[in-house]
Amino acid sequence: MNTRLLPFYATLFIGVLAYLICVIQFPGMFSTRVAGNLLTDNAFLGIAAVGMTFVILSGGIDLSVGSVIAFTGVLLAVLINWNGVHPLLAFAIALTLTTLFGAAMGLIIHYLDVPAFIVTLAGMFLARGLCFVMTTDSVPINHEFYTMLQSLYWRMPGGGRLTFIGGLMVATFAVGILIAHFTKFGSYIYAIGGNRASAELMGVPVARTTVGIYALSGFLSGLAGIVFSLYTSAGYSLAAVGVELDTIAAVVIGGTLLTGGVGLVAGTFIGVIIQGIIQTYIVFDGTLSSWWTKIVVGILLFAFIALQRILVWLSTRKASALGAH
Amino acid sequence: MSRMLMAGLTRAAPQLICLAVILLLNWLAFPGFFDMRIQDGRIFGSVVDVLNRGAPVVILAVGMTAVIASKGVDLSVGAVMAMAGAVAATMTVAGYPLLVVLLAALGTGVLCGLWNGLLVGFFDLQPIVATLILMVAGRGIAQLITEGTIVTFIDPGLIFFGTGSFFWIPMPVILAVLVTAMAVLLVRRTALGLLIESLGVNRSASSYAGVNSRLLLLLIYAFCGLCAALAGIIVSADIRGADANNAGLWLELDAILAVVIGGTSLLGGRFSIVMSVLGAIIIQAMNTGILISGFPPEYNLILKAGVIIMILLAQSLSRTGFLHVLRPAPTQTAEAKVKRA
Amino acid sequence: MAEPPILLSAEGISKSFLGFRALESVDLHIRAGEVHALLGENGAGKSTLIKVLTGVHQPDSGTTRLNGEQISVRDAQQAQKLGIGTVYQEVNLLPNLSVAENLYIGRQPMRFCLINRREMEKNARALLAQYDIHIDVAADLASYSVAVQQLIAIARAVDISGNILILDEPTASLDRHEVEVLFTVIRRLKARGLGIVFITHFLDQVYAVSDRVTVLRNGKLAGTSLCADLPKLDLVSLMLGRTMAEATHGSRRQETGPVHREISFKGFGLGRSVAPFDLEIGRGEVVGVAGLLGSGRTETAKLLFGIDIADSGTASIDGKPVKIGSPRDAIKLGFGLCPEDRKTDGIIGDLSVRENIALALQARRGWFNRMRQSEQRALADRFVKALDIRTSDIEKPVKFLSGGNQQKVILARWLATEPRFLILDEPTRGIDVGAHAEIIQLINRLCGDGMALLVISSEIEEIVAYSTRVRVLRDREHQGELTGASIDTGTIMRTIAADSARIEA
Repeated sequence: MNTRLLPFYATLFIGVLAYLICVIQFPGMFSTRVAGNLLTDNAFLGIAAVGMTFVILSGGIDLSVGSVIAFTGVLLAVLINWNGVHPLLAFAIALTLTTLFGAAMGLIIHYLDVPAFIVTLAGMFLARGLCFVMTTDSVPINHEFYTMLQSLYWRMPGGGRLTFIGGLMVATFAVGILIAHFTKFGSYIYAIGGNRASAELMGVPVARTTVGIYALSGFLSGLAGIVFSLYTSAGYSLAAVGVELDTIAAVVIGGTLLTGGVGLVAGTFIGVIIQGIIQTYIVFDGTLSSWWTKIVVGILLFAFIALQRILVWLSTRKASALGAH
Repeated sequence: MSRMLMAGLTRAAPQLICLAVILLLNWLAFPGFFDMRIQDGRIFGSVVDVLNRGAPVVILAVGMTAVIASKGVDLSVGAVMAMAGAVAATMTVAGYPLLVVLLAALGTGVLCGLWNGLLVGFFDLQPIVATLILMVAGRGIAQLITEGTIVTFIDPGLIFFGTGSFFWIPMPVILAVLVTAMAVLLVRRTALGLLIESLGVNRSASSYAGVNSRLLLLLIYAFCGLCAALAGIIVSADIRGADANNAGLWLELDAILAVVIGGTSLLGGRFSIVMSVLGAIIIQAMNTGILISGFPPEYNLILKAGVIIMILLAQSLSRTGFLHVLRPAPTQTAEAKVKRA
Repeated sequence: MAEPPILLSAEGISKSFLGFRALESVDLHIRAGEVHALLGENGAGKSTLIKVLTGVHQPDSGTTRLNGEQISVRDAQQAQKLGIGTVYQEVNLLPNLSVAENLYIGRQPMRFCLINRREMEKNARALLAQYDIHIDVAADLASYSVAVQQLIAIARAVDISGNILILDEPTASLDRHEVEVLFTVIRRLKARGLGIVFITHFLDQVYAVSDRVTVLRNGKLAGTSLCADLPKLDLVSLMLGRTMAEATHGSRRQETGPVHREISFKGFGLGRSVAPFDLEIGRGEVVGVAGLLGSGRTETAKLLFGIDIADSGTASIDGKPVKIGSPRDAIKLGFGLCPEDRKTDGIIGDLSVRENIALALQARRGWFNRMRQSEQRALADRFVKALDIRTSDIEKPVKFLSGGNQQKVILARWLATEPRFLILDEPTRGIDVGAHAEIIQLINRLCGDGMALLVISSEIEEIVAYSTRVRVLRDREHQGELTGASIDTGTIMRTIAADSARIEA
């Protein structure tokens, strides 16, 4: 078995186990209704997490995700409600801006050769600040197109609803998997995450790919912002605080190595669902409080980082046993 | 001695000029900015306010400076603040004596720091990765301690640390000065300063020279945790309650920013605690300036973003010369990395 | 037999870095269907020459011709296009990608805008089959041994370039069987008419596979010859720069009766790093360690200083057993080590000369027993004077000093701790002639003062000049010790060149 995929199998195992425990305790959770809600409630998180997966796979990090989601929400509210722009056009404007925003961060990271976390930290401040410049109020979005999108769903067998945004998340993951494994861009991401210097020697266009990765993350954060505004029907400057941490946690729990190069987009999907299951469990239980989510996520985060560390340690020990050096 | 002082002032010139300009702008926006008065045995005034409100970030920046000098970063300080505040508030409400409360809260911070140091020094995890764990879980733990409520308290002893004053000077300012002075003494009157810088510049060579890098890292992160806990106590004493969700939110980033403004490189090595403190004061002066100009306080986020970008640009320019920015030079970097590998 | 045509020729190549001459008017001619071994100690200029040929560095002067046409290689990509492929010692592929992806990254077969993985894997299998490698190409590269990775890297380089193949120490981490497999592949590629440059430091391997050999020494061409015309002993002479005729004088230093050797290592060794060895050393002794790169000499130093921890054997001082589990243990015992790689393991680049000199003493004194500034300055001033460290100011960051002066700073760092046993790993490498002589004088002086020294060097005549005893290492084993009159360059070279058990020529 490929040891690099071990974290992914561990995620899969934990995900299934968690779900089984829930179902044994609360048989009500075994329904497509709950499954549909899981997808809907975590749609924006999942979409942003796909972008974060690519960033982390390349060995970087993007702290601006939550702020960009809030920025998109506020921008949409302002455009649609106050300026009468059609939502579709507003979506296009928002996605263009967030993509450019990500690309700009990628440019700075690559050409100034500075750590991604400090650049995206500036991005986080900037995006959040721009929200406040537009408005500090929570602006509701009322538009028939929004109502139409919100009421779109596909009734699954068993009565569950796969909503438009839930479906969009699943579609995003599908496209993400295609990008990761069936495009040159995807292979370049893994290559840079594996070893930037080697990748460069092998002819990988490092500059173009780095900018592309952060642009993609910006685009997906924008998409997550659109989904979030559909989910909440409002734009609010203080929304989605700390979502970047949730997405990073989902990516790591999904089995992606935080140092880059190893991981699967599909793993992130399970990571998102595990977080959703924990929340659902807490709701079903009724006596537990919401902060347990953070603690359990923290413990899982530690467990996965420790697991990866042990795997790396084992593989270097194997390597040093093989070679003389 | 005065020559050393002059040299220090020259080195700090950009930061001092920056602070002066911000203070000047504040004064232009609010002519009463430099006014001070004494009321109820305490100095009041905007300048004092800057120092008072800036105290938690100053204290955080002191701890963060040591961490960054060792080529690390501690993302968990905000969460540690929340935890320490939660411990202090809950124990006060439960009726423990002040000394026990303080020791428990500070101990929480040290414990968190030891955990981070263990992961970084002994398990060789990347600092960002290692401290991320507590950053995520810490607020959950804080909420666990406060059981999800905002625990308010009325114990005058604890409140004194947030709003009290001593010889007219607000307590947070006194604490910040004390922590800064002690830290400066600790690193400059012992060998720790030299050893931390050496560790941050070249850990391998430091180990060859006999520096106990693992233990040193443990100590550095524990100290950072201690600072975070003290900042947490001040913040919760100030609002007379522990808010696990919002206490210290984003302050880890302010602390990192303060250190970076102070001129300590994110790549480790040479550091100056006093300069980081200056950086923290600059940040607070900006915050206060925005506030008194009538803008929403969140506007300074944009300002901070601008400051980060400018500093990164300036550091990049001074590191590699102006041409580097104009010409894509990744091949050099790649080559350097091959050599390091 | 007619000489095969010259594929690539480099003439009069010179290259300097910051005033340091790395290459001085070097010629290299690579012929089609020939394996050309490139030899030389570390710092002889091998890697600089390769980097010039592959476009990583631009030469200061000299011309490169490919098939008779003058070329100037700008970067690695262009070198690949011209047909010059390189495989480095640390396989520079990506262990986290599949074998097939490593072979085809950037040129994957596409269908409907997506990568056709099946086609890519089919091509990969076909490509590797040419090398007799039949593996699962969809698996991660990391799941295969270094040897297989090495072959995959070669397959990739030949597939992309297919004209000239440069192999930079490909056998460094392969075992005997793997080396033979690699040689089979090299011979097959040679038969296909490729020109192959083979860099190694294993002499037996040179004779096993090469047709022609070029030796570099101190950035200059030491000689080029057909392997068949060059006996092994002559080859060693070329590499180490002494002919047998000159190299007859013995050591100046004579052993003075039975000495008390208080530091003793018995059966010290570590896995495949160094075979167990005994070593005793006492006051006023210099034990020289001779051996080619990769013979286990640096590994020996790391073991003695506790950087690597011995898995067999014991150490004792004055008969009392001691534990060496870390550099700090070793320093407490009064040991010091000037490491081979000054940049990564020696200097603390951003710190000042003063701080670099004070560091080890300060670390030994402990965290809370700080050396005052004035004390540090006095210490630094004393050593700057004693060792003639050339710096404008003791507060200057050490990274701005020349190599020789940096070396002296590290020496000063250890001398400040007044060690009883000092290990010097290649103390004279890459430093200018003046500093070189000074360091040798210093070794003699320290020895005269009663210090015990272990000096590793690839300069044999240097070792002969200052050693009381000489260790010769080969193939990660201590081969024996020369004492007194038996210390001469000839004997040392013969021991180094002796047929090794690694591979029969």
